[in-house]
Amino acid sequence: MATAENPKYKVIGTRPIRHDGADKVTGRARYGADIQLSGMLYGAMLRSPHAHANIKSIDTSKAEALPGVRAVATSADLPEQGDRVVELGEGAANMRHLTANVLARGKVLYRGHSIAAVAADNIHIAEEAIKLIEVEYELLPPVMDVVGAMAENAPVLNDDIRTESVGSAPPAKDSKPTNVAKHFLFEKGDVAAGFAEADIIVEREFDTAMVHQGYIEPHNATVLWNTDGKLTVWISTQGSFTVRQQTAELLKIPISNVKVIPTEIGGGFGGKISVYLPPVAAVLSKKTGRPVKLVMSRTNVFEATGPTPGSHMKVKLGATKDGKLVAGEAWIAFEAGAYTGSPIGPACMCVFACYDLPHGRVEGFDVCVNKPRTNAYRAPGSTHVAFATETLVNEICEKIDVDPAEFRINNAAKEGVRRVDGPVYARVGMVETVEAIKNSEHYKTALEGKYRGRGIASGFWFNCGLKSAASATVNPDGTVSLLEGSTDIGGSRTGIAMQLAEALGITAEEVIPAVGDTDSVGYCDVTGGSRVTFATGIAAIEAAKDIQRQLVDRAAMIWEVDSSHVSYSDGGVHGPDGKQLSFKEMAAKLHGTGGAVIGRGTSSEATQGGAFGTHCVDVEVDVDLGKVQILRYTAAQDAGTAIHPSYVEGQMQGGAVQGIGWALNEEYWYDEQGEMRNSTYLDYRIPTCYDVPMIDTIIVEVPDPQHPYGVRGVGEVPICPPPAAIANAIYDAVGVRMHDLPMSPPKLLAEILKK
Amino acid sequence: MHAFDYQSPSTVAEAIELMAKHNGSARPLAGGTDLIDQMRVGRLAPDVLIDVKKLDELNVLSADAAGLHVGAAVPCYRIYGDETVNSQYTALADSCHIIGGIQIQSRASIGGNLCNSGPAADSTPSMIALGGVCVIAGPSGSREIAVESFCTGPGKNVLEPGELLVEVRFPARPANSGSHYRRMIPRNEMDIAVVGVGASVTLDDSGQNFVSARIGLGAIAATPLFAEAAGESLAGQPVNDESLEKAAAAAREIASPITDMRGTREYRIHVTGVLVKRVLQAAIVRARGEQIDYCRGH
Ligand SMILES: Cc1cc2nc3c(=O)[nH]c(=O)nc-3n(C[C@H](O)[C@H](O)[C@H](O)COP(=O)(O)OP(=O)(O)OC[C@H]3O[C@@H](n4cnc5c(N)ncnc54)[C@H](O)[C@@H]3O)c2cc1C
Repeated sequence: MATAENPKYKVIGTRPIRHDGADKVTGRARYGADIQLSGMLYGAMLRSPHAHANIKSIDTSKAEALPGVRAVATSADLPEQGDRVVELGEGAANMRHLTANVLARGKVLYRGHSIAAVAADNIHIAEEAIKLIEVEYELLPPVMDVVGAMAENAPVLNDDIRTESVGSAPPAKDSKPTNVAKHFLFEKGDVAAGFAEADIIVEREFDTAMVHQGYIEPHNATVLWNTDGKLTVWISTQGSFTVRQQTAELLKIPISNVKVIPTEIGGGFGGKISVYLPPVAAVLSKKTGRPVKLVMSRTNVFEATGPTPGSHMKVKLGATKDGKLVAGEAWIAFEAGAYTGSPIGPACMCVFACYDLPHGRVEGFDVCVNKPRTNAYRAPGSTHVAFATETLVNEICEKIDVDPAEFRINNAAKEGVRRVDGPVYARVGMVETVEAIKNSEHYKTALEGKYRGRGIASGFWFNCGLKSAASATVNPDGTVSLLEGSTDIGGSRTGIAMQLAEALGITAEEVIPAVGDTDSVGYCDVTGGSRVTFATGIAAIEAAKDIQRQLVDRAAMIWEVDSSHVSYSDGGVHGPDGKQLSFKEMAAKLHGTGGAVIGRGTSSEATQGGAFGTHCVDVEVDVDLGKVQILRYTAAQDAGTAIHPSYVEGQMQGGAVQGIGWALNEEYWYDEQGEMRNSTYLDYRIPTCYDVPMIDTIIVEVPDPQHPYGVRGVGEVPICPPPAAIANAIYDAVGVRMHDLPMSPPKLLAEILKK
Repeated sequence: MHAFDYQSPSTVAEAIELMAKHNGSARPLAGGTDLIDQMRVGRLAPDVLIDVKKLDELNVLSADAAGLHVGAAVPCYRIYGDETVNSQYTALADSCHIIGGIQIQSRASIGGNLCNSGPAADSTPSMIALGGVCVIAGPSGSREIAVESFCTGPGKNVLEPGELLVEVRFPARPANSGSHYRRMIPRNEMDIAVVGVGASVTLDDSGQNFVSARIGLGAIAATPLFAEAAGESLAGQPVNDESLEKAAAAAREIASPITDMRGTREYRIHVTGVLVKRVLQAAIVRARGEQIDYCRGH
């Protein structure tokens, strides 16, 4: 791997043991549900058994009368929000929808929608009490299908939603409400002219089912509303600052009244950004004067958090017979769930993002259906569209008899290429990831055997920068305590510590990283968008530079020279006449030279250049059962510079495995009444270790010029290629093209039998 | 979770007396791997749990002239660890090997698997194929019933209030016999059968003809089924594709599955035939004294 031969760095590219390792492997790490406070009450929530209904009345009197019950809350206990739209650090949110999602207001829009909550002396009493709450419903027909929900006569979920066309004037307030919340349109070149140049055109329709992030740790929140009006929230989250802001806005109190203490987090993948429980626990705490803990069950997590949408897509690609892509067109409808907010925007931007496409037209729709409000999931929207585009690319390659790797290299997005939605790429590594696959042992080894096949596919994700902050204190023994605000879901505290260590010329072990609460550290945006190693890394490097400057001043004082004659390099300060002191020696002198040295750093300007990945998979199909075995899997990805290669590999492997689950078995399986029938891990089938081989990884390093060490985020793009790569491999194995996710045994067998 | 009492009787008589006393609101507790989960999610709310793990009769695992006795509370790991089961009642070992993982197998019993009466229970088709007979004790004495007649619907069986399953008894195995159980699951482990098939065959001395065969089917109807006609169609027939195909067709004939999140009706019917053939082939190999080559779960 490149970094191993790269003498430029001492710490970057090495694989130190993670700072949180011992706690995690011994079970000492504290996750959200581990919080125990004196006097704590336990909460339970009443959730809708119906997918779509008006709430005619709620009677909580019997629950309140049950001994051991301390408080009951409904949406009447949360302030009215009106039509406010607020920037919440995870994008703007319609507060009316957000509060109605936390506790239903007059209407339930999906099964599992929360209606009321109880705080009691123990969880058993709380659970008994919610059964005593009487709700009278007026049932409405559920709208479960994205295309059906767009129909003129479809039942409408929200009476305040009218189609917003991005880039056009807002819809008239008196127009008819609809389920189509947003409409996107991006165009580049002249599509009709482009297709006219094509020798081959393929057009297919694709469907994908709603899927969940499948993190192991359920959502949780413990809240104490103190008598001084200050709230403390203990929660596992991807963003303590957005929890602070969402909670404050939902309760209409100042953000400075809310302190969020993030615990360790057992997975998020985009699903632990939105707030569900903290405002409810807060209201119950206010009513009782005691801390209240709420923890979801697995079924609650499936039914009432933020999965990624199901979709319907029509995609068309045209190429010349010598293998040049000339035009592409996409029509994409995403299930927003109960309220607007699916990742349809990013999906439209990603659909042709891997290619240099001269003419393109992309149209997208965000459509409300009676399913949970969707949320981010690893490269939100990109996996759906990669499934479509990357299958079509292979179909074209087959028809014009061109090697699919070759075709991807010849048409790859690269520096200077403009995406259909406008932006022009800086230096990116699409070509390099395809070349890495093409040159891999895997791709070069012929696959033999009946009903076996190979497929490749590529994927793109933007990666973002946003705002981060860090501070670092030098300890007298030469170590550094690093405090940063990005909650650590993938080993980021070590990755950030390594960048600080590199900048100061000390070892990773000499940095003691910690994730601070919202009162102890500067503002950090969410851990998402593959941004933390990049942006919080930059903040840590800035903090290191701040320390360097202060040590230079201290050394100048000690040596009685002007600071301009002192510099910091190679892990220490250097002055005139060969004077030098190592970082450790300087640290030992701090007490006598003015006390603590605290470095601080922020990042807000830097943006990332985008990440690409290409995967290769071999499968074997049992043609009598329609079951697919993954035989071999290789993922190549541009990591810019791999700070901690093991974590980069871990992200690539984890993303690939989630993509494999999405490809083969994962889906929200609804009955006609709109009830999800597989809301447990028995029937919602994420892959187990028996279902995937070792995922081989190839880290490609095309440094991102926007980061001092060239980091590119790596967390998201590896989930994009797997469904298409597997679909392509299935075709290679048995000659059947799958256009519908998941490619589960019944669906695949039906296609095989049709042949 | 609903509050409950725990009782731990030391004799079958005492257990039956307790069951009768709490008439309907007590439930036997074997490994608890179904029961505790069902209580936790609120599907069952018994007032009393009667632990049957300490009853000697329910812990028997022995072979005699009458055949094999498997106590209702014997956990899976003991069953697949038993020499006789492994060599002669192999389908039962196959089933016990795939019920859950190691932790579950250390607790879960075939008595619990049968009494939970799930259509997809993995040991029931094997017990049907091996001709198992349920020995039931109750307030009015003991009775016996064939395994295939035990379940009456999803989660329902012939046990009357106060009755307890004591053991399942299997007839002695004739020479040239072999058996196998296999299921279709979308994953390779930790899953529930979309279709499960257990089969036992007895061949003649040449190993080329069927003397008899019994086939049990899971997850394709409201209860596990005995595919009697499919098995009978093989008696006296040569071992070849044609006879297997016929048996598969007869098994498909009686399948009446539903469409649900685990598979469509059409899929289950198709797979019933596929698995019947595969399972018979494996049972044949074993009847000939050879080893089968299969990857559990695949
Ligand atoms: C993680 C996990 C994985 C699993 N995987 C599988 C699998 O792959 N295949 C499969 O088939 N099952 C599986 N199960 C279900 C379960 O483990 C089996 O059904 C098991 O055999 C039940 O046995 P038990 O001893 O635990 O029964 P228990 O839970 O103790 O009892 C089950 C039911 O039978 C009743 N009962 C028990 N003993 C008697 C008796 N002697 N007389 C009368 N009634 C009685 C109980 O009252 C209860 O209603 C799994 C369960 C879990 C939790």
